Amino acid sequence: MTAPQAAVIAKPPHPATAERAEAIHIWNLHKRFGELEVLKGVSLTARDGDVVALIGGSGSGKSTFLRCINFLENPTSGVIRINGENVRMVSDGEGGQYPADRRQIERIRSRLGMVFQNFNLWHHMTLLQNVVEVPIHVLGMKRDEAVALGEQLLERVGLSEKRDVYPAYLSGGQQQRGAIARALAIRPRVMLFDEPTSALDPELVGEVLKVIADLAKEGRTMLLVTHEMKFAREVASHVIYLHNGVIEEEGPPETLFGAPKSNRLKQFIRTVS
Amino acid sequence: MLELLSPVPPGWGGNLLRGLAHSLQIAFGAFSLGLVIGTFGAYGKLYGGPVIRDITAIYTTIVRAVPELVLILIIYYAGTDLINHILEAMGYARIDISGLVAGIVVLGFVQGAYATEVLRGAIKSIPQGEIEAARAFGMSPGVMMRRITLPAMLPHALPGLANLWLIATKDTALLAVVGFSELTLETRQAAGATKAYFLFYMAAGLLYLLVTLTSSAIIGRVERWARRGMPSVKEA
Repeated sequence: MTAPQAAVIAKPPHPATAERAEAIHIWNLHKRFGELEVLKGVSLTARDGDVVALIGGSGSGKSTFLRCINFLENPTSGVIRINGENVRMVSDGEGGQYPADRRQIERIRSRLGMVFQNFNLWHHMTLLQNVVEVPIHVLGMKRDEAVALGEQLLERVGLSEKRDVYPAYLSGGQQQRGAIARALAIRPRVMLFDEPTSALDPELVGEVLKVIADLAKEGRTMLLVTHEMKFAREVASHVIYLHNGVIEEEGPPETLFGAPKSNRLKQFIRTVS
Repeated sequence: MLELLSPVPPGWGGNLLRGLAHSLQIAFGAFSLGLVIGTFGAYGKLYGGPVIRDITAIYTTIVRAVPELVLILIIYYAGTDLINHILEAMGYARIDISGLVAGIVVLGFVQGAYATEVLRGAIKSIPQGEIEAARAFGMSPGVMMRRITLPAMLPHALPGLANLWLIATKDTALLAVVGFSELTLETRQAAGATKAYFLFYMAAGLLYLLVTLTSSAIIGRVERWARRGMPSVKEA
């Protein structure tokens, strides 16, 4: 007699994965540097709104994997589809390959907002100039429109009063928040974070993580290479543990951190936390 | 005695000033041409294929190995001769190449080799991450060169380029050997005609000094502007 009530408490279903459009699809990615094979067949699909955290020890290939997605490194083989566009590659005759069409790569890159470990702001431009540079000179946005957008983004990351300051005069945390604003300014389909807090003094990590967490909350699609396990657990919808160039284990953060299956991951979690 | 320097005849001052104007024209033209050659040379050396790299390496090695005076004589006489041979072979009439154009081309060719090395070094001293960021945001090579590489390398290149400019102003004197009436040749003629050697060579020396002082003031301002995003070395 209690049975009929059970159906009522059932959680509304999470939007089925198939309903959300695919943003990035990578299949069987390999990357070799000379003799050294850094990635040995890594696959990933990220749909709009996914926050994928890539974790793993140093040398696991997680940064290389991220850098292959926007072709800062040319993958040795594998399929990369971004925004539904398959990237065409041609062989270089030495076992590697490079993109067949430079413009296609430039188009794809301008939809991916990359945030680097070392910020890499352009030092000859003020913060605001850094933020509006790509919208104006790559995406062809009108200057006043770009400046309005840039001011809005700088306010978002808490740097409004620093708009006319050159990067060399900013703290690491401020530079990284500025770099996040620069990446947001291209209205990216996906944000790529390459260890965004690894180069920061410990007391500056929090301000950057807060900005990233806010972005996750508003449903931005993100790929995040990180050493901050606690943070990955909080913001990620999916966690991938890379070891020696292969995916050792992946899944939702609760399972991956709460009940890791492989011994390597167990050990990894123990050493970093 | 000083009336010999008067700008109106019988004074020779006008001749000296005309010579100075010619010298500056050549220096400016040669320096500009050198910058253009240097930019292509630096890009060729850094990013070119094996053939381009070889050509630029041969160019910079030879130009920097041979004394400038010899190069000037070779390019000036052999160069004009070669052009006229080619023109005749193609059925055109011989041309007279103006001293100004020849001077600019010859000195520009020499300056280009040094500028190649100055600019190559400057481009290499840009933090690699900033170039990578430009690539990561989808900049095409042309946009990247215009918006990132050239402005970012400028502060590193300026001390070397300033040297090249000052050398260019004085190398114009070498063109006296091919009979181009720049400041040094005009001075020699004035001094020879009046026997007032000390007066005229001192005057010419002062004019060269004036050019250097003016240049230094301008370069200082340009350098301050180019280094706008960089803390001064003392603060660092």
